[in-house]
Amino acid sequence: MSTPEYYIADYCTIRHHKVYRNGSCTYTAPSSMPLKEFTKGVYSTLEIQYPKFYKMDTLSKLGFLATEILVEKQQLPVETALVIANSAASLDTDRKHQASIVDPTNFYPSPATFVYTLPNIMLGEISIRHQLKSENAFWISEQFDAQWITSYAQLLLQSHKAEKIICGWVDLDTDKYDVFLALISKQGKHPFTAATLNKLYVEH
Amino acid sequence: MATLPEELKTKIIEQLHLEDIEVAEIGDDDPLFGDGLGLDSIDALELIVLLEKEYGIKLKDPKEGKLIFESVNVMAAYIEKNRSK
Repeated sequence: MSTPEYYIADYCTIRHHKVYRNGSCTYTAPSSMPLKEFTKGVYSTLEIQYPKFYKMDTLSKLGFLATEILVEKQQLPVETALVIANSAASLDTDRKHQASIVDPTNFYPSPATFVYTLPNIMLGEISIRHQLKSENAFWISEQFDAQWITSYAQLLLQSHKAEKIICGWVDLDTDKYDVFLALISKQGKHPFTAATLNKLYVEH
Repeated sequence: MATLPEELKTKIIEQLHLEDIEVAEIGDDDPLFGDGLGLDSIDALELIVLLEKEYGIKLKDPKEGKLIFESVNVMAAYIEKNRSK
């Protein structure tokens, strides 16, 4: 039996206050705009009602937005796996939580902040939104490692642990962010290889 | 000067990041959880922190919140009775 071929069906990049879907710019904002306003602006273009978005930390917002843009209105199979990595883990939210507990005389840590002090919570937010009951993995690496992501995703696909996969990179440290997600399936334009994934990652 | 229920509505919106809800949209007797504002368990914890931080009220039993957070009016009455700041 031959191994099924998989493809990069769609991909989304959010970088330098610009949003790209399959290589085309779909949204842009001034680079001086605060990140919070930028994510709010991107959310408003989605024309969805999902109040939970406003409660997410910035890392989850970025992952949520990229996923929404990536999949558009299509219904994902419940077995769509998530394989995402970054370099700063949840450092952005960790710092906010730390700031709220540093003064023993003004000690009011926020439960809503604390729950996001793990980067894989973002995967939970995406899973809840798309009702996924699937394998998910969040990796920490110094930089985007297409080889590692491709190898792990291929393993899931070939062992029938997943029908489709959303994989990529969602990194955030204070105002610096870098987002690239790809949807892997049996149909698509680009073959799912590390070289292609890397090529699309550096496209913008 | 805003009344306590109005002040509470503003603080709830701010603390719980209800960015798409205006003060005027929250009725004094609207349920905060369930069909009302649709708050969740993390929001309940945030409201417990809000009571302590803003009004000096420390809930001994988090289960008390179920009754206290029924509506803005119920919350306001509880705060008036128990506040230390």
